[in-house]
Amino acid sequence: MIEIGIGHYLTLSAIIFTIGIVGIFLNRKNVIIILMSIELILLSVNINLVSFSIYLQNLVGQVFTMFILTVAAAEAAVGLAIIVIYYKNRGSINVEQIDSLKG
Amino acid sequence: MEYAIVLLPLLGSIISGFFGKKLGDKLCQLLTSLFVSISAILSLFIFYKVFVHDYSSNKLIFSWISSGNFHINWSINIDPLVAVMLVVVSLISSIIHFYSIGYMNHDPHKPRFMSYLSLFTFAMLTLVTADNFLQLYFGWEGVGLCSYLLIGFWYKRPAANAAAIKAFLVNRVGDFGFAIGIFLIFYLFGTVNYDEVFLKVPEFINKEISLLNNSPPFSFLGTSIKSIDLICLLLFVGAMGKSAQILLHTWLPDAMEGPTPVSALIHAATMVTAGVFLVVRCSPIFEYSQIALNVVAIVGMMTAFFAATVAMVQNDIKKIVAYSTCSQLGYMFFAAGIGAYHVAIFHLFTHAFFKALLFLGSGCVIHSFKDEQDIRSMGGVWRKIPYTYALMLIGTLALTGFPFLSGYYSKDAIIEFAYLKGTTVGYYAATIGILTALLTAIYSWRLIFKTFHGKYNNKKNNLSSVQESPIIMLAPSCLLAIGAIITGILFKELFIGYDTQFWNNSILFLETIRSDHPPTWLLVTTPLLVTIIIPIAYYLFVKNDKILKNFISKNQLLYNFLVNKWYFDELYNFIFVEPIKKIGLFFWKKGDINTIDRYGPDGLSRLVKVISDKAVNFQSGYLYHYAFVMLIGLSILLTYLILY
Repeated sequence: MIEIGIGHYLTLSAIIFTIGIVGIFLNRKNVIIILMSIELILLSVNINLVSFSIYLQNLVGQVFTMFILTVAAAEAAVGLAIIVIYYKNRGSINVEQIDSLKG
Repeated sequence: MEYAIVLLPLLGSIISGFFGKKLGDKLCQLLTSLFVSISAILSLFIFYKVFVHDYSSNKLIFSWISSGNFHINWSINIDPLVAVMLVVVSLISSIIHFYSIGYMNHDPHKPRFMSYLSLFTFAMLTLVTADNFLQLYFGWEGVGLCSYLLIGFWYKRPAANAAAIKAFLVNRVGDFGFAIGIFLIFYLFGTVNYDEVFLKVPEFINKEISLLNNSPPFSFLGTSIKSIDLICLLLFVGAMGKSAQILLHTWLPDAMEGPTPVSALIHAATMVTAGVFLVVRCSPIFEYSQIALNVVAIVGMMTAFFAATVAMVQNDIKKIVAYSTCSQLGYMFFAAGIGAYHVAIFHLFTHAFFKALLFLGSGCVIHSFKDEQDIRSMGGVWRKIPYTYALMLIGTLALTGFPFLSGYYSKDAIIEFAYLKGTTVGYYAATIGILTALLTAIYSWRLIFKTFHGKYNNKKNNLSSVQESPIIMLAPSCLLAIGAIITGILFKELFIGYDTQFWNNSILFLETIRSDHPPTWLLVTTPLLVTIIIPIAYYLFVKNDKILKNFISKNQLLYNFLVNKWYFDELYNFIFVEPIKKIGLFFWKKGDINTIDRYGPDGLSRLVKVISDKAVNFQSGYLYHYAFVMLIGLSILLTYLILY
């Protein structure tokens, strides 16, 4: 039986973070997926914070996590609202078609 | 008074040139003509004062350049030589101003034309009244500019533009020599004012050219050149260009593209004689350089003969008169070259009248034939246009040297002086002079007979449509005709009499002119020849032209040689124009377009475009690309911070 230690938590967090990053730029379909990837990145940071908080016997990390969750919720709400407006304007939220920044 | 003579034409030119549209055609024509006429009357008065009271003056207008010990004034210098030139220039100019009112009747740009004519008069007057070489050069270039403007007056005709450019370019060659001559004068004498230069000339007779002051004489292949000789030759190159002497004569016949009054004023009476004036003005230098004088005489002879032969076969009425001008200028030069400067000026004086008359007469003929210039399409109209005929007849008689008209006195005087000179050059000059007088008579009578006698050959216009020119053209020509008749008798004693004191110090003669009479046979030869020619010419050109046709077909080669003007234009084309054109094309196509532009401005801009085209691909507009780049950038930055 393996003892689950800080290393495992950190590895999990790193994996989730990487999935989030890769999800941002390998994703060719949908803006909502980008939003979800950002959430994943935030969650991986949360896992990091919580695991260090327990490891170091310091509550500040967990308090921080609560803040991040709140901010993430607000951010998701704002992001989704932007996407809804965008869809109304352009009729599509396909990432491939969002290229009006092209020079 | 002197100020008015020189500045009135300038004033007229400015008013007519800048305010011509406001003032209207009529007013401009009257104003410019009036101003130049006043100037002419004042010049006559000056001439009278010089003649009777030995008047001479040097009126300062303003100090032009004053730098160190180099002082140049802008001034009006009056002496006998200048007085004669003033009369010639302003008188002929005013007559031609009036003539132009009639001749340019249908032209839409009358004020511009009158403005140019007046500007020319001003430039010519500053040229003759200069008291230093720099002001002379200013006038010299001024008349060149006006000549360019007036030859190209009908700027919509390509031929006129080409002729104007040609005249300007050929004159550049001469002016280049002239400019170097002036530099050399300044280098040697330290001044360019006539008085000071002429005073110092005797000190420098034997000085040889050296590159620096006090350095040993510059020599080439063991022969060194005397400075005086070089200066004179360079000045003469300038004179050759302006006076259309052989080698630099090619512009004059082409200049006939300009309006006829221009040909009469600039290319017959005044501007082209500037070269003769220059040589006579510089007589105190030329007298000390026997080599230069010989060159002047030889070039003069060659030109006289060459131009006369070419004139015999030309068919354009104005070109015949143009070559005749060229030939008469040759006379003036060889007169100067044998040291008879006063005779050269006398011929210049009489020539101005009868040659201007011939040109104005030709203008009337062209006007009557509705812009026809080819004498082969004329003929048989002498009864229809009697006044023009009479004018042309007087001009021709004076030109050929028919006894007791002006040309007789001046031209025969040249031949006599050449003979009396007693040197080899002198004898040659006399021979060529007589021969050319004969040729002159032939082509002049050919012109008259082809134009006015024989059958009517014009296919474009009916005989009945040929009519006399208006009075405004005939009246000025009549004045010239009077001049052509009487100037010879009237001024002979004054200008070239054996003991005339008229010239005073304005012309220098080192050796006194010999006063013995030339042999009688010489006196009789020329008038006799030119008189005999008249019936012969009538027979050959009107009665029986088969003889001539046979002669031409037998001597086709000679005929072509003459018709093509001794192939000078072709030769220059081959030697100068074509190679320079090729060099120019090479530098333009290969040098400019293919090298400088290709690697310079064009290359740089193309490089920037290529790079930015590449850079644009970077900016795809996709969010995930930007995110990716941000990530990579962040990780590189982090790596850097952690490692270092």
